Amino acid sequence: MTPDADADAVVVGSGPGGATAADVLTAAGWDVVVLEKGPNRLLELEAPYALKGDLSNDEIKLWFRWFLGPDPLLEPRTYRRTEADGDHLLVGEVNNLPSGVGGGAIHADAKMPRFREDDFRPLSRWGPMEGAALADWPVGYDELEAYYAEAEVLVGVAGEVGANPYASWRSSPFPMPPGPDMYGAVVSAAAAERLGYHPYRAPTAINTVAYDGRPACTNCGFCGGYGCPIGAKGDPLGPLRRALGTGRCHLRPRSTVTEIVLDGTGRRARGVRYLDEAGVLHEVTARHVVLAGGAFETPRLLLRNGLANSSGLVGRNLTFHFQTFVAGGFPFRLHPHRGRVVTHLHDDLLVPTEADLSAARAAGLPWIRGGVVEHGAGPGPVMEALAYPPGPVHNQLMRESVARDRLWVFTMQGEDMPQPTNRVDLDPVVRDVHGLPAGRVTYQPHGHETFASAHWAPALESVLREAGATWTDVSTSPPPDPARAGPLGVAPVSRHVMGTCRMGADPATSVVDPLGRFHDVENMVCADSSVFVTSTGYNPTLTIVALALRACRHLVGDPLPPTGPAGGLSPGAGPGSSRR
Amino acid sequence: MARPPFLTPREHAVVAAACDRLIPPEENSPGAAAAGAADYIDGLLGAFLVDPPRVWAGGPFSGRGGGEASFHRFLPLSPLEELAWRTRIEGSRGRPEREWNGPVVGLQERYREGLAALGDDFAGMAAEEQDRRLDGAGDFARLLYQHACEATYGAPEYGGNRDLAGWRAIDFPGDVLPRGWTDAEVRDP
Repeated sequence: MTPDADADAVVVGSGPGGATAADVLTAAGWDVVVLEKGPNRLLELEAPYALKGDLSNDEIKLWFRWFLGPDPLLEPRTYRRTEADGDHLLVGEVNNLPSGVGGGAIHADAKMPRFREDDFRPLSRWGPMEGAALADWPVGYDELEAYYAEAEVLVGVAGEVGANPYASWRSSPFPMPPGPDMYGAVVSAAAAERLGYHPYRAPTAINTVAYDGRPACTNCGFCGGYGCPIGAKGDPLGPLRRALGTGRCHLRPRSTVTEIVLDGTGRRARGVRYLDEAGVLHEVTARHVVLAGGAFETPRLLLRNGLANSSGLVGRNLTFHFQTFVAGGFPFRLHPHRGRVVTHLHDDLLVPTEADLSAARAAGLPWIRGGVVEHGAGPGPVMEALAYPPGPVHNQLMRESVARDRLWVFTMQGEDMPQPTNRVDLDPVVRDVHGLPAGRVTYQPHGHETFASAHWAPALESVLREAGATWTDVSTSPPPDPARAGPLGVAPVSRHVMGTCRMGADPATSVVDPLGRFHDVENMVCADSSVFVTSTGYNPTLTIVALALRACRHLVGDPLPPTGPAGGLSPGAGPGSSRR
Repeated sequence: MARPPFLTPREHAVVAAACDRLIPPEENSPGAAAAGAADYIDGLLGAFLVDPPRVWAGGPFSGRGGGEASFHRFLPLSPLEELAWRTRIEGSRGRPEREWNGPVVGLQERYREGLAALGDDFAGMAAEEQDRRLDGAGDFARLLYQHACEATYGAPEYGGNRDLAGWRAIDFPGDVLPRGWTDAEVRDP
């Protein structure tokens, strides 16, 4: 550590990106302070960093009482579709990705697919889309592969090579074999195969064997939306424990960063100021600042500071995944409460056929892509009960369990076009408990997303009917017609939030450079999904970790040597049969 | 009954009767009242009458799936968490420290007013009259239904799902950690 600073780096946020940054920087001998605005539900901060034991299989605590935060009273967010809606349409719970030690990773069911080569070059591969700020990423799959491989080892990803014919090449096997298939996925995957799709066991950062000092998953079923009570999910428990174990990582929960302090040049950060829970202001000085608050909080902090925004793009090109939920009701029980919620995926809808492209062109779109399709379980019994009306029909519906035990759901994580008008900015009225302006989401989908959703939903219904479903139902988030929003509400419920500080080589059209360094602040790096240029149609977490590894390894002067397809494991053989 | 109670005995009876119209008792279903819905709601409204408050049950295990039982040991709240939950339950009551975004009507006030509108005599009314009053209760009826569902199908440590009656009625096994399920139980029909 330099004598004139408190730390070599201060990391803002302790989710997948921040935890990874802390791990890389401390491993290089740096002294690191990690500031996390949320509480610590995850692990003790003294060796041996045991689980705190506060997480549990408790639907009330996790789904109805904001145990993982953010509490919408303390930290409200606001939402509107367009400026025509006025200041905001709703206040409170908007895209409540958990806030706390471990960040958004804690609640996830930890699906960790890699992106594919084409995902990093959408503009050159597919071409421009009117109204969308499409661009190729300044990093490609071939360069990122080494970091993907390291990320999979870091958080412990279970999966099988060769199972997904669309997968890109890889230099190493998965560190763990896949876990048991859920019965519902056995049924839906077989049906998908009969119709020419290519389902495969989802790469998942949940231990299938003891790994990295953590136990194997025991298939409890309380997975997505819950933290893991036994520590079988590796992200970000693995990297946090390793960082803390160096003795050089100082993790401070309940520490809300209010300000990035610049030095006299105005081009370098000197550190940050933060409020502790009692509202006392502190300052940490550091040689480097790493922002990893996520694609919602990172731009909110920068916009409050009026910082790093010479491009005017901070907060803009916000993307979610346009989620299409295709539910099927079965005449038999699927026991979806056993297992890891989602055990299978298929990628077919990310690779449009000529028929798909023709349909898009007929609708005035140059092309369409869907998203990864998750084969998954429905909700827990409290959430199920709320889906039914009260009164005499309630008991019968609960016993038959049409919306839980006999339900199976495809979720398509539809690629969401980056649009400059979709953004995070500051609400002019609403404040958080510290008196800071609340973040506001302005978002409406591009015609690409709504068309792609409507185009592929019937195909997914057909798969569920082939699997034996006697009825199917399609919904999306956000809904096509806000006036007829269902229980999911008007705002996007997807916890996948990306793109608000996009990376690029040109400071006029991007916020951070190809290595995640802010164009306007020399010693400040972004290590979260803000840097994503496009959303792709894949779950973002593994790519967050891989990009954070890359950014921080470059920061400490220890980048990974490139891998190469020539020496790698063979990719999937390519889809062998065509879809009906 | 949660101790000490927030609801008066009469209010408790109205809550129980109203919840029973929303999730009625039947031959194979206990109904919300027998599942303990009124105790669940009383536990939430009176969360701060005990310490630690009845907001978040403990972890990691209930004991039902093996391991040491810990759900019954409720978690202490940090100062900010207490501020949020007191504001949510008690309302802001004109206190500046609770009104950073303006006044908040608390759950206690919503219940006191909602129950008064249903009527002190609600529990003794015929079912048709109870339904008529609930139909006219608007948002309060929706709040009651949400809490009745949480009570009937949530973890019993919150005061509902008495003797696991809610889970038994729907053949839901509840929390199963640390035992969990075997690979065959996950995979097979």
